[in-house]
Amino acid sequence: MGESSELVGRTRPGATPPRPRGAPPGFSLAFDRIRCDGRGYCAELLPEKVLLDEWGYPIATPGPVPQHLLDHARRAVSACPMLALRLVEAPSSR
Amino acid sequence: MSGSWFLSGPAPREGAETGRAHIQRLGAPSLTGAALIEALERSGLRGRGGAGFPVSRKWRSVAERRGPRVVLANGAEGEPLSSKDRVLMRHRPHLVLDGAVLAASAVGARQVVLYVGREHFDAAEAMLRALAERPPRERRRFRVLRAPVGYVSGEETAAVHFVNRGIALPTSTPPRPFEAGVGGRPTLVQNVESLASVALIARLGDGWFRDHGTLLITVTGSVGRPGVFEVPLGTPLGEAVERSGGRSHAIQALLVGGYFGGWIGAGEAWNLPLHPDRLREAGRSLGCGVVAALPASACGVAATAGIAGYLAEQSVRQCGPCVFGLGAIAAALGRLADGWPEPHDLVRLERWSAELPGRGACRHPDGAAGLVRSALTVFDEDFRLHQARRGCMMDRRPVAAGAA
Repeated sequence: MGESSELVGRTRPGATPPRPRGAPPGFSLAFDRIRCDGRGYCAELLPEKVLLDEWGYPIATPGPVPQHLLDHARRAVSACPMLALRLVEAPSSR
Repeated sequence: MSGSWFLSGPAPREGAETGRAHIQRLGAPSLTGAALIEALERSGLRGRGGAGFPVSRKWRSVAERRGPRVVLANGAEGEPLSSKDRVLMRHRPHLVLDGAVLAASAVGARQVVLYVGREHFDAAEAMLRALAERPPRERRRFRVLRAPVGYVSGEETAAVHFVNRGIALPTSTPPRPFEAGVGGRPTLVQNVESLASVALIARLGDGWFRDHGTLLITVTGSVGRPGVFEVPLGTPLGEAVERSGGRSHAIQALLVGGYFGGWIGAGEAWNLPLHPDRLREAGRSLGCGVVAALPASACGVAATAGIAGYLAEQSVRQCGPCVFGLGAIAAALGRLADGWPEPHDLVRLERWSAELPGRGACRHPDGAAGLVRSALTVFDEDFRLHQARRGCMMDRRPVAAGAA
């Protein structure tokens, strides 16, 4: 696993989760629902974790992102044109 | 022990209790600071604004932060069926001020913001008059702001946003107000009834609250005497209805907790205790203490459609799932209520209401979805009849609102 700063993608200042200590923590997806505009890139790049409702807004499947999908999750985070998707240390509230 | 209840003391028609009468009746608070937070923890007091978060935990999370902190006393009562906050402010403003001052000293805040709904004229006037009676050094810490009218204005991030930028719309979290709130400072946002409870616990202790604590409820709908009542914690719902003049008609269901609460069939509801923990154990929620009685003659589908329509209209349209998901739910309910549903409206309602929670910046969509899910259970048979276009002979007027 890479540095945690790589994992979190683009975030608002101050919103970066603290660097993990010891064992690598799980990460889960966090959506900024106000920013999200339903472009749907996340569901395209990470269909295992993100579904879309009939209006194109994401529904995340419960639980953290599995280790083998972290690369894809990171890609989804950086692809979001609204900067509405982040990876945060699990468990996520939403 | 009735002398220590919120609404004991002078009769409501005498208006707000004066500072002098308040001190004569209750004396000064004896518990403050860390000792008060510990007492609050033992008391089990939960917030009375709707979310029911444990008060002591909220206070600790602010007290543990560094630098200047702020207390925001939330008296913006946007729930259409609820009147208890404005009744409390109008009649016992000093209890609310005491609670706010106690909170400020316990969490280390100098500044207190009093956030009162713009439509609560009498409540705001009573609060301002009470504030003028307080000693100047206390008065200087307060700022009074009037919340814009709207269901979502009282949501805690919306309240903070309004104080900071004049925009009463929820913001994305994190940060939550306890991390960065008013002026970027850690902020304790606490409902006014919760603060009034604190003012009593600070005098009478947590043991008193556990054994004799009370809560304010607004009883409305099909009852003899709708209004705000103070009842001991744990009072069965049926007894609360009897206290408000009893049933004016046979009752089929109670809406408990307000528009973001849930329907409970009358038979099951009657013996449920009005207590945040007990209701939680039963998979229900006390919400903001609304109890609205739906008569047996009324159509539960239509009543729910009316509420969902209101909630969809009150969406502040910031988050897609709330705009489209809640909008679709309200539209489907409206079609069902009117007797012209699309073929799969009922199935879609089940799915949409399950998909909605957790997908807004605030809990507005969660509340609406919970209400709809409870309706689908309680009025199951009616929903199926409506979906089958069997016609509905029930009374389709909305749930009575506005018990002042």
